[in-house]
Amino acid sequence: MRVELRQIHKSFGAVHANDGISLTVPAGTIQGILGENGAGKTTLMKILSGFQRADRGEIWLDGRPAHIRSPQDTGALGIGMLHQDPLDVPAMRVLDNFLLGREGGWRPQRKQARSVLQELAERFGFALDPEAYVEALTVGERQQLELLRLLWLGARVLILDEPTTGISALQKDALFASLRKLSEDGRTIIFVSHKLEDVENLCHRVAVLRRGQLVGEASPPYDTDRLVEMMFGRVVSLGSRLAGQAGKHVIGLEDIVIEDRRMTIGPVSLHAAQHEVIGLAGMEGSGQQSLLRSCAGLIRPVHGRLRLAGEDVLGRSYRDFRRRGVAFMPAARLEEGLIPGLDLTEHFELTQPQAGFLIRRQEAHHRTVTQIDAFKIRGTPASPVEALSGGNQQRTLLALVGEDLSLLLLEHPTRGLDIESVVWIWEKLKERCRGGTAIVFVSSDLDEILHYSDRIHVFFGGRVSPSLDARTTTVEQLGQLIGGKGWPETRV
Amino acid sequence: MSTEVLLLGLAGILAAAAPIVFATLGETLTERSGVINLSVNGTILLSAMASFAVAVVTGSLLLGFLTGMLVGAVVALVVAGFSISLRQSQVAVGFVLTLMCRDLAYFLGNPFIGLSGPRLPALAVPFLKDLPVLGPLFFRQDLLTYLSFVLILGAWIWIFRTRPGLSLISVGERPAAAYVRGLRVNRMRYLYTIVGGALVGLAGPAFSLSVKAGWKGTISGLDGYGWIALAITIFGGWNPIRAAFGAYLFVFLQWLGLVLQPNLPGVPSQVLQVAPFPLMILALSLVNIGNTEWVERTLAGLPDEVRRSIARVLRALRASPPASLGTPFESE
Amino acid sequence: MKRAPSLSGPALRIGAMLLALLFTTGILLIAGAPPLEAYRQIVIGSLGSVKKITDVLVAWAPLVLATSGLLLTFAAGLWNIGIEGQITLGAIFATGALRLTLESGLPPAVAIGAAILAGILGGGFWALLAGLLKAYGGVNEIFGGLGLNFVAVALNVWLIFGPWGRPGVASMSGTEPFPDSLSLPALAGLRLSPWAVLLAVAGFALVFFLLQGTYFGLRLKAVGKNPRAALLLGIPTTRYVLLAFVLCGGLAGAAGAVQVTAVYHRLIPAISSGYGYLGLMVAMLVNYQPTWMPVVAFFFAALNIGSIQLPIVLKLDSSLAGVLQGALVLFVLAVEGFRQRLRRPEARVTE
Repeated sequence: MRVELRQIHKSFGAVHANDGISLTVPAGTIQGILGENGAGKTTLMKILSGFQRADRGEIWLDGRPAHIRSPQDTGALGIGMLHQDPLDVPAMRVLDNFLLGREGGWRPQRKQARSVLQELAERFGFALDPEAYVEALTVGERQQLELLRLLWLGARVLILDEPTTGISALQKDALFASLRKLSEDGRTIIFVSHKLEDVENLCHRVAVLRRGQLVGEASPPYDTDRLVEMMFGRVVSLGSRLAGQAGKHVIGLEDIVIEDRRMTIGPVSLHAAQHEVIGLAGMEGSGQQSLLRSCAGLIRPVHGRLRLAGEDVLGRSYRDFRRRGVAFMPAARLEEGLIPGLDLTEHFELTQPQAGFLIRRQEAHHRTVTQIDAFKIRGTPASPVEALSGGNQQRTLLALVGEDLSLLLLEHPTRGLDIESVVWIWEKLKERCRGGTAIVFVSSDLDEILHYSDRIHVFFGGRVSPSLDARTTTVEQLGQLIGGKGWPETRV
Repeated sequence: MSTEVLLLGLAGILAAAAPIVFATLGETLTERSGVINLSVNGTILLSAMASFAVAVVTGSLLLGFLTGMLVGAVVALVVAGFSISLRQSQVAVGFVLTLMCRDLAYFLGNPFIGLSGPRLPALAVPFLKDLPVLGPLFFRQDLLTYLSFVLILGAWIWIFRTRPGLSLISVGERPAAAYVRGLRVNRMRYLYTIVGGALVGLAGPAFSLSVKAGWKGTISGLDGYGWIALAITIFGGWNPIRAAFGAYLFVFLQWLGLVLQPNLPGVPSQVLQVAPFPLMILALSLVNIGNTEWVERTLAGLPDEVRRSIARVLRALRASPPASLGTPFESE
Repeated sequence: MKRAPSLSGPALRIGAMLLALLFTTGILLIAGAPPLEAYRQIVIGSLGSVKKITDVLVAWAPLVLATSGLLLTFAAGLWNIGIEGQITLGAIFATGALRLTLESGLPPAVAIGAAILAGILGGGFWALLAGLLKAYGGVNEIFGGLGLNFVAVALNVWLIFGPWGRPGVASMSGTEPFPDSLSLPALAGLRLSPWAVLLAVAGFALVFFLLQGTYFGLRLKAVGKNPRAALLLGIPTTRYVLLAFVLCGGLAGAAGAVQVTAVYHRLIPAISSGYGYLGLMVAMLVNYQPTWMPVVAFFFAALNIGSIQLPIVLKLDSSLAGVLQGALVLFVLAVEGFRQRLRRPEARVTE
């Protein structure tokens, strides 16, 4: 199906998310849409898939104007969107998710759905268990399920939003192969991503968005530098690792085993020393987050030894860990890190170590202003934290963890941030590192892992690799391990 | 105690539990769609009074029951409107309504205190009523009790065995996923809240026209049953059959208190009468205790075998609410 | 939550009040009662004379105490439905203390002081139970509180009919009344004790101070708005939740003690007078902020006292007060909801 977007405008208050975007995608094309966070890609796709309505502009399908008001309309027209976090029902089984929403009689037609599922799965080389609960699946498997469901619905336009975040290399190969097959069938694929390599590999054409506008298009062979320039408007360098001399051990884990709801993690042995940066790599849900939280004292391992500066602390409370200079920064900024409804001053007052009983407002204001300056937070002492941008929220979080830490644990520290914030935050982190703090961070961004870590541990399905030297590890090696290749045979 | 007396007692339990069954099934349906209707207690009082009043004035039992259901549906509509369209706190709205409906019931019901009204007669099922054991237990009840049996099964089949039931589950668990599959989330929430409310409304006349016939104003003894229904909905894990079990358990405890009274002279009657209420509510800790942090940490410190068996037991007991319960759905 | 102040705010609230009045008028008409006359009776019954106004204050004091406590638990994000039981236990403990001092011959001031303290302890203890159920039993505080309310009622009734029953015929009218010397001294010829008012003001001031000016209040609010983040930022959330419960229970217990020592002078079955649930509604109406609470509480107390006239003069049930109070909160919530809806940038209609 041929898709035409004509002069799409969409604003959210003062933000002009889509500013007069016009794009034509011929049938059977794999169209890439590149852009950094906040460029307007997701908004545009939400408009195309019926989740939002454009303020102005038209959408034409196969040469006819389309009136789209809701996802129901787009479903009927044959447009399907695969979201970054697939919109499925975790508490239900794969088969039920597959057939949910279909027209039919009083009883769900499970037999028919099962055979369709199996047939489609085979055709694309996916392995899905119809009876499994979706909450037990990996992100990649959930995407596969959603893709098959959209195909069963007869989708002729498939929109994929950041589909390669959090899936293994193997799954990515399978996905790309299926997408190529689909485009040969005449289906139109729109591939939205910020990953240059994936877009260059897969797409027949690329459109680049920046700050709500379509700034350029390209076709193969692709010039990466030119694409980067279009995306960012400048050439960007990520900065480098600190490469300091490792000092004393700050934290040591020996044969640690954690039992998560879904899997067993470990046994893992790792340590981090002063001035060191340790990166924990792996697909989301492979266990690195639970391990990081164990290092913070939030989760209690079931086996092993955990030492902070030589002292055995397994089973101690989170407060005990904090008292020993361990700080934890969660990935979900507004859900776990900050308190919506309170302003910056209140947040800084909450973390005041020498708090008395009465709040002295003058001092509190002064302290906050100092912190805002030091961390270049774009906000005022009275700004509610939910009004800050992601980057400023992250700076606030960093300011709140305090100084003089022995160990700083970070969960996805730069997720969703623009490149300037990423570089600035890592500069601050390296400062801490120089001062003696050990840093352990989780990230699904391979570039970040390789650029800033001294040593890396890879997680896959609860298994943990021994320490890898970041200087001598390549992207391919890392990618393979993350995807499950290159691990010793499992002992059952 | 002879078998006959025992069977009579148990049959009485089934009948006395019918109102609670209605209220619990109604609330289960409502909560499955993601809405909490905390006004149940007040609704039962208001619908009991209203249906009694209508029955007395018109002489018709049927009109009385229909009135009760209408009252329940209207109150539920208010809850739905505040929760779904106005996106106000469901707990706040439900709480205010529960108090207000109770006061409305007392105020408007004043003229009807102490009057006598029609009462639902027993209706034994021919042939089946003479079966040994099952006969006296199940088939010598009144129409309402039979309805409660049918509804328990019907609700279970609806939720777990039909296509619309699957849609219902998805709306409560992850409305965004339901929405993207073309389901009309908010419309379904309105529907199920109103239908659930009508069932709750049925509990009122089930009391005032049958089990606890009449209207006695502030001493009707109906205050509190709505809260129990809410507790049993949780205890029942949002599963109609398990919830029915909870309702029967509660009434059984009440019956037990009555039966044991003469054998326990030292224990005051008030204690035995009221004991089932807090017991049921405290039973909630059984189904929730696995979720607390201290239990998780303690479990981690136990040897493997012990930990796994305890975890298994906790998992079986666990009652997980529909994930979007209490959260308004925004289609943006 | 901080909302941008709007010019239409107070106007909308007045509009909501008018709607509530309209609704209640409708109910009166359904009941076949003369609405204007009913309202007139309520106003006369509450504000018609100095004596009546002091009667309103008698109801106001325990209500303010209970609501002050609730402001603390609401700050911590809790629905302390168990407040009714906490008031009752405060009354029970106060009665117990007075009974003990009855024979001991302590000076009345000490006895009464001990009773109030006992009440605070009793309420605090009962609230602690609800808190423990939530923190360690995983029981939502709504249901834990409800269960404990039931137990409190049963305990109260048992004491009144059992061990503390009047010699001779134990009855619904409560325990043996305490001698006048063991009551909070009242103003001449009136039922109002200025000590009760003082206690209420002190309780309110304490809560106002805690919430607005201390780190304790700030941390409590943090726990209420985002317990997960509060924990990660280093606040001992469980401790704060339990503290909120205990403080609220203490204030509620004080309310119960006031009911015994200044209002009823004995223990009766309905000793809490519904002030717990009423307090929850007052708190909702003031949007959980302390500033206007005493005024709204006075208004609600006036409605309660004023509607006592209704059964006497118009043969109507005094529950009308509850109807009006409920309608007020409901319509304010409705108006607030409509206001938010109109402000939403995308008013989507996709369903």
